[in-house]
Amino acid sequence: MKIKVLYLASLREQLGKPGEDLEIPPATSTVAGLRTLLMARGGPWQTALAQGKALRVAVNQEMAQPTTPVKPGDEVAFFPPVTGG
Amino acid sequence: MPVRIQTRDFDAGAEIAALRRDNPKVGAVASFIGVCRDANDGTAVTKMTLEHYPGMTEKALEKIIAEAKARWDVMEVLVVHRVGELKPTDQIVLVVVTGAHRGEAFAACEFIMDYLKTRAPFWKKEETPQGARWVEARVSDDEAAQRWEPPKSSAA
Repeated sequence: MKIKVLYLASLREQLGKPGEDLEIPPATSTVAGLRTLLMARGGPWQTALAQGKALRVAVNQEMAQPTTPVKPGDEVAFFPPVTGG
Repeated sequence: MPVRIQTRDFDAGAEIAALRRDNPKVGAVASFIGVCRDANDGTAVTKMTLEHYPGMTEKALEKIIAEAKARWDVMEVLVVHRVGELKPTDQIVLVVVTGAHRGEAFAACEFIMDYLKTRAPFWKKEETPQGARWVEARVSDDEAAQRWEPPKSSAA
């Protein structure tokens, strides 16, 4: 299925791109599954998305959990904890 | 529009006047302005760049405002947050809450700031004499936001 993935702030710099359109296997049906899929690219993907790193994920611009479903057409954003205000 | 994300500066006096104009029911106006400092964690800061997640930022702030209005008896809320390049002494964020009485207005204003700091997708990158660095989230900000969580039920 096709989804849109965004990498924001320090994550964009670590991964070297602001986002991408991705075709992912239907079995990758959760945020945790997508994270694992991206980590398997190795290099900066492995380190920047590693378990234990403080990371936030939004699905369709709503804060998500590892178990949040990912569906065709979704916009999934990965970013560090927020620091506005 | 109760939420505005902009690069330009804001005039708190003009914003407050517009928010409470012609409303004789308003008895209290609480406001907060966040300002760019010239140091952070013991290091000089010469400049900062604020970025956000367009679309989600507005939604997140509108949700925070809706929750504040549900919890406290307040009237109007305005949140203005700047993005882009800012220098020390520049204004960053404005929150204004109007209501009939100060207690509710103060509480709602503080709640909105605490939730903004932990839930609205903004990120700061600082320029320091040692180079640029992304600001790390603070545990104290999480603790400030957690004060507002409804008490957990003691029932198992």
